[in-house]
Amino acid sequence: MSTNQIDLTKIKPYGDTMNDGIVQLCFTLPVPCGDEAKEAAKRLAAKMGLEEPAVSHAQDLGVGYTMFVMYGKCSHTIDFTTIEVPKVEVTSFGKEGVEEYIAENIKRKVVIVGACTGTDAHTVGIDAIMNMKGYNHHYGLERYEGVDAYNLGSQVPNEEFIAKAIELNADVLLVSQVVTQKDVHIQNLTNLVELIEAEGIRDKVVLICGGPRVSHELATELGYDAGFGAGSYADDVGTFAVTEIVKRGLVDREKL
Amino acid sequence: MQSKLNLDQSIIDRARKSSEKIAADTQIFIDKHTTVTVERAVARLLGIDGIDEIEVPLPNVVVDNIKEGGGLGAGAAYWIGNAMIHTKKEPQEIAEMVSRGELDLTKVPVADDEKIKEAVQGIAVKMVERIRQNRAQRDHFLATLGEGPRPYLYVIVATGNIYEDVLQAQAAAKQGADIIAVIRTTGQSLLDYVPYGPTTEGFGGTYATQENFRIMRKALDEVGQEVGKYIRLCNYCSGLCMPEIAAMGAMERLDVMLNDALYGILFRDINIQRTLVDQYFSRIINGFAGVIINTGEDNYLTTADAIEEAHTVLASQFINEQFALVAGLPEEQMGLGHAFEMDPQTKNGFLYELSQAQMAREIFPKAPLKYMPPTKFMTGDIYKGHIQDALFNMVAIMTNQSLQLLGMLTEAIHTPLLQDRALSIDNAKYVFNNARDISGEIEFKKDGIIQKRAQEVLAHAADLLEQIEEEGMFETIAQGKFAGIRRAIDGGKGLEGVTTKDPKHFNPFVELMLGGAR
Repeated sequence: MSTNQIDLTKIKPYGDTMNDGIVQLCFTLPVPCGDEAKEAAKRLAAKMGLEEPAVSHAQDLGVGYTMFVMYGKCSHTIDFTTIEVPKVEVTSFGKEGVEEYIAENIKRKVVIVGACTGTDAHTVGIDAIMNMKGYNHHYGLERYEGVDAYNLGSQVPNEEFIAKAIELNADVLLVSQVVTQKDVHIQNLTNLVELIEAEGIRDKVVLICGGPRVSHELATELGYDAGFGAGSYADDVGTFAVTEIVKRGLVDREKL
Repeated sequence: MQSKLNLDQSIIDRARKSSEKIAADTQIFIDKHTTVTVERAVARLLGIDGIDEIEVPLPNVVVDNIKEGGGLGAGAAYWIGNAMIHTKKEPQEIAEMVSRGELDLTKVPVADDEKIKEAVQGIAVKMVERIRQNRAQRDHFLATLGEGPRPYLYVIVATGNIYEDVLQAQAAAKQGADIIAVIRTTGQSLLDYVPYGPTTEGFGGTYATQENFRIMRKALDEVGQEVGKYIRLCNYCSGLCMPEIAAMGAMERLDVMLNDALYGILFRDINIQRTLVDQYFSRIINGFAGVIINTGEDNYLTTADAIEEAHTVLASQFINEQFALVAGLPEEQMGLGHAFEMDPQTKNGFLYELSQAQMAREIFPKAPLKYMPPTKFMTGDIYKGHIQDALFNMVAIMTNQSLQLLGMLTEAIHTPLLQDRALSIDNAKYVFNNARDISGEIEFKKDGIIQKRAQEVLAHAADLLEQIEEEGMFETIAQGKFAGIRRAIDGGKGLEGVTTKDPKHFNPFVELMLGGAR
């Protein structure tokens, strides 16, 4: 059927008919609820490129501000065929696969040190990757055969993190950053790379960061080997780490 | 209250007895020690405030001066009282003199012990009276303006800027919130001082300062008049400055304080000796000020598994209860914490959550339980998140929870937007109203999944408490029995601020607030 024909050079949102462009959005304007507010919301949506913008719900938030739920038809299209996204080039081996890979190719314990560094107090990310229990039925690195995993917890100063990594002769450093208000994570991640370079150990370790707002692109831009965002598990991180150790010839490197 | 869970009262009694013993054993250690922040809290309660030219708070200046002079063991009240006799000045002027280097507190000629106590007593009584007045003021508002029905709708603001927080807090109050918590900036718990003045820069939260407390208190009193109910203010009495925050909160009429006996040890790696000593004085102050404390058991479940480790939550609630009682904090002010943190993929997970919440309700019938929303399994799918929060609200109304920290559909994405908070409040209002009296209408099937689960968790908790009773609090934590986190007795932050009390040590506020010498 012609209506099902997708032109990948010109894609737009699908509501219930191909290319209807329907978009749902929600936002608040700092003006009191009323007809003028609704009109303002519609004009704003129109400026965003939405045709036939409609306010389905407008609600006063108590301080003269109004929340809107809106629908509109997106007028823009995207050429899907030209899209390229830098990604961590790795297909997870799974826990057993990572363990086998270590046994066959590294033949010693892999030391992984992780922390949520800086002032960030949220351990949820590093715990999901490192703790025994793991997350969503993916066991954490602590449970991996052939891995010595050290989770230093939260609010670890970068200096302390590096000192511990050197003391433990770490192969892999994992840094988690959850708080991103005012880009505090970027400052902290940058600071960590600088300190690691100053210590002269950057080329001897695999350096990985993660967090809900971390992308591989951002990570590599900041000087990390990889970045893992939401939905990554211990086996994804583990697969990258062990293959990177072999790829970069770090299996028999001298002590840090 | 008839137990809906058919819990064996003798097991509850056994668990409570073990906890009483644990708290009493630990109290022996606590009574022998003081810390820098306990003494700074005393300095603050004696009226010392402000900062020096490099922004060091004067309570720190004074206590550092005493510590450097080797006098910390005798306590701030002793040295300040002594200096009052010698200089004939008030504590604030004395602090300013110390800060200018004009006075070295431990070098002042020492007066008679009784004279020193007398010198301090008048000021201490005045401060205690001010706090009593604040409490009376709160009671007056509650009597005249009234309050929302329980579970109270509890929301957080976290902009980093106190003035922006005010806007969001007032909006939340108008939408229906009963309690506003101002989240602290990330990292404040590890500062060994309390920042000063109004602040507009913070990360993931706003600095807890006395001025910020005052600004928010005023804003909530105003909006309370508008919406016709008293709006409670909550902050965080945790980290390295627990008793100081408690003192500031008592002076500025905060109503709710996060104040856990073990949280800082486990989750902020604060030294165990430091935290145990600090929590004691902070709870004495909170108890006297009529502040509802919130304990932090919910946090166990953000790291440990909510099904496997449910008994550690209950065990910790028992311990927190006993520590609070020792500090004179009544059951009616014990917001023991727990959370809706089971994996949503769990078959019958809702039943287990219901069981856990009902169990807490029955074992601590007078406590204003604090129930925390799902966080660990929030995904960024806001539609699913909103439903998870609705189920959480459903459990709360079915089990008569007291302080409901509302879940945000955007948890795991960002600190709440204005509209997120409104949606969460709507969610809770809908569920609570629509099922208002459900708890009185339901019973649970005898020996069914819900009853059995609670009985099992209680039995495990009682066993764990018995073990802790044998091994002691310090050893238990060293072994990682809570949240799977190990903390050594001499590890962590802040140990250098702990010292043994000198026979001369006195703290006038313990006696005045506890109504008896310890």
